Amino acid sequence: MYIWALLILPLFSAVLITLVTRRHKDLSSYISIGAVLACFFIVLPIFLRFVGAPHTEHLEGSFRWIGVPGMLVEIGYLIDPLSVLMLFIVTFVGTLIHIYSRGYMHDDPGYSRFFACLSLFIFSMLGIVLANNLIMIYIFWELVGLSSYLLIGFYFEKPAASDAAKKAFLVNRIGDFGFALGICVIFYASGTFNFLEIAHQVHAGHLSPNTMLLGSLLLFCGAVGKSAQFPLHVWLPDAMEGPTPVSALIHAATMVAAGVYMLARISFLLYAAPPAATTVIAYTGAITALGAALLALGQSDIKRVIAFSTLSSLGYMVMSVGVGSATAGMFYLMTHAFFKALLFLCAGSVIHACHTNDIWHMGALSPKLKITATTFILGSLAMMGVFPFSGFWSKDEILSAAFANGDMVLYGAGVLTAFITGIFMTKLILVTFFGKKRYHGSPHESPPSMTIPLIILAVFAVFVGLVGIPSLHPNFGSFLGLHGAEHGAEHGFNMTVAISSTIVVFAGIIIGFLTYYTGTIDPDKMYKRFRGPYRLLENRFYIDHFYDNFIVAKIYNQVARISTFIEVNIIIHFCINGPAYLIRHAGLFLRSTITGGVQHYTFFMVTGVVVLIIVYALT
Amino acid sequence: MEQIFFYIFAVIAVVAAVSVVVSRNPVHSALFLIVCLLQVAAIFVLLRAPFLAATQVFVYVGAVMVLFLFTVLVLDIGRETVVEYMHSHAFAAVGAVVALFVVLAYIASRGTITVPQGGFSEEVLAKNVEVVGRALFTKYIFPFEVVSFLLLIALVGAIVLVMNEKGSKS
Amino acid sequence: MVTLTHYLILSFLLFSIGVAGVLIRRNIIIMLMSMELIFNSVNISLAAFSYYLHSLSGTIIVIFNITIAAAEVAIGLAILVAVYRRRKTVYVDELNKLRY
Repeated sequence: MYIWALLILPLFSAVLITLVTRRHKDLSSYISIGAVLACFFIVLPIFLRFVGAPHTEHLEGSFRWIGVPGMLVEIGYLIDPLSVLMLFIVTFVGTLIHIYSRGYMHDDPGYSRFFACLSLFIFSMLGIVLANNLIMIYIFWELVGLSSYLLIGFYFEKPAASDAAKKAFLVNRIGDFGFALGICVIFYASGTFNFLEIAHQVHAGHLSPNTMLLGSLLLFCGAVGKSAQFPLHVWLPDAMEGPTPVSALIHAATMVAAGVYMLARISFLLYAAPPAATTVIAYTGAITALGAALLALGQSDIKRVIAFSTLSSLGYMVMSVGVGSATAGMFYLMTHAFFKALLFLCAGSVIHACHTNDIWHMGALSPKLKITATTFILGSLAMMGVFPFSGFWSKDEILSAAFANGDMVLYGAGVLTAFITGIFMTKLILVTFFGKKRYHGSPHESPPSMTIPLIILAVFAVFVGLVGIPSLHPNFGSFLGLHGAEHGAEHGFNMTVAISSTIVVFAGIIIGFLTYYTGTIDPDKMYKRFRGPYRLLENRFYIDHFYDNFIVAKIYNQVARISTFIEVNIIIHFCINGPAYLIRHAGLFLRSTITGGVQHYTFFMVTGVVVLIIVYALT
Repeated sequence: MEQIFFYIFAVIAVVAAVSVVVSRNPVHSALFLIVCLLQVAAIFVLLRAPFLAATQVFVYVGAVMVLFLFTVLVLDIGRETVVEYMHSHAFAAVGAVVALFVVLAYIASRGTITVPQGGFSEEVLAKNVEVVGRALFTKYIFPFEVVSFLLLIALVGAIVLVMNEKGSKS
Repeated sequence: MVTLTHYLILSFLLFSIGVAGVLIRRNIIIMLMSMELIFNSVNISLAAFSYYLHSLSGTIIVIFNITIAAAEVAIGLAILVAVYRRRKTVYVDELNKLRY
């Protein structure tokens, strides 16, 4: 029963802060941190128990929410290695980011609101992770969307922030529509929402291949929206308008990974469906990974660079699910959660020190921000996948899976992404922390409440990959025990893949080093030579332009015009104002009978009595 | 014989009642009302209810009418002009009233007694005061007490209403 | 022979005259007097029913009626005096503050 506390505590914290302790900043933050910390300590023993005995039976508990004949909707939890891992990541990273936020947000007027939203987010995210059925996951899926909206629009007085929040919400809605349809398809075919029962039916072969294909692709739409895959990736870079801890927690470590988690949750369905499903997923992931990495090259905002790298990583994870290894995807999700949260928090620390997001207004910060610079570099190395940092092991798993899958296009896209990642991460480190001094004022290191989470995350970012070393047994894959492992063939540690990816990454680093540190390759010359492609990158492949100028201007606005017409004329004027008008004039008419003269009333009364007597006499 | 007296009393009562309504001087109205109420007391005698007749004379003609006359004299309202006297919608009102009377009379003329008769025949009612008093203080004792209390409230209420507000000089 | 209908017709006649008085007179005192007429017409009906149905209830109700009428007159005249003090009028159509 204490599992329910995972949901109740953060929700209670959010409500308490909103309603009661709003005016007391410190108390609010302590309540919020206390709630997430309590969740962490609830999760920790369960996590350790599962680690100690990898094949422990899953725990499931539920109560009936809606029960009509033929449909049972439950609110329940399903705890198996997959959800325990995710619970651990969410509560652990969540705790660190809560603590970090205490320092980062210290003089913000919306301090308490921020922590209330964070608690709401933790509640919703844990709901997604715990969910044992599709309806519940959908409800919490929308709730994380809501908390994401609230937090992106945290500085709502800034038009860019409120626009970004709306954009995130609306773009997610497109994906969620598909998700909802997918749930309907699955329910129609299987008659249940419960994951285990659906899995049982899938294995028993009760679902036709076409149903499974349709269901998988529609459910994947949800992941496309939430995990910001091409073509719905446009909201994530804009989401960086939110406070940096939010970017770290929601738009890097946890919420955007929910799509991947959900794919892993339904992996039994994806791998039982016809191969077209996984092919679509893999190519979507690969396009996102490669495209986002390219776009990251053209950015100069420190948070946007990391945001595009997050997109790229998410593409990697989705591609991993697509090539048949949900295990590798989850492994990458875990390592990514640590190093990407670390990178964002470091970026936050840098922004905190310099009061700007533009890396060309930084430079030579490493002597001033020693801890931040060190942890940032460690996180970047993990991100690039340098041996033996965590990213190496997880990226290698994915590349091996892609290699084993036999589709060389996907493999090539993965390797190319790794190469480009090497370039832009090197650029980011060198421009931000080394080179010439371009900052103003006197930046200083952040307070301990910010640096301690950085150090803890850095330790994890460096070492957490070791649990996935393929030759270990039991290792990460055997712990997770996903059915996907059966599908994707046994792909051990592939020397060719490991060495080639390492070479590629180092090539990327060297190019970045030559360009942005020694100046051997002059960026300006490169810029002049590749002016066209560079402009393409700067404008994000014109995808946002396409959306703004075509979808929004042509289709969306026409639809909006028709809706406005219907709303204004039919709904407002006819359905709402019409009755109001009628009643108003009926009232004006009746008002004239209220003369204040007693004898008028008596007259009406006598007339009424006469009428009543006549009616009585006639019947 | 009884019929003759009934018609005498009835005609005088109706004429007096009409005079109450149409008289321009409130004092005249009050005096006509006394006449009318006395006829009603006589009607009560015809109906073998001498106790009611006595009460009618004591309460109405004695108490109530004195109250009316006092008020009329205290407020010092003289003869009224025609404008003060009636409303412009008087014709509609009279029409409504005539219609009311017509339907009521229609119903009264069509009605028949279907209820079984009670135990208070003319012989029993010969000892009218005793019968009424016995009923009033046994079967109807609770309503009797309630009404007496109501009368007390009315007394207090009337005093409160006409009392000058504290500190104000009229 | 005087029947119940005779008494009822007399009663309704007085009732209608009372209602007419309430409706057409502007003077509140006359209205109150007309209301006394209405009370009396009701009393006649009740006494007549009591006599013709051989039941005592009608007579008893007439007694209560007279009592309540006395109370009503006392209160009504008291209100009239209070209104006259404040508004200096006894005409009911000038007392129409409770309107739209």
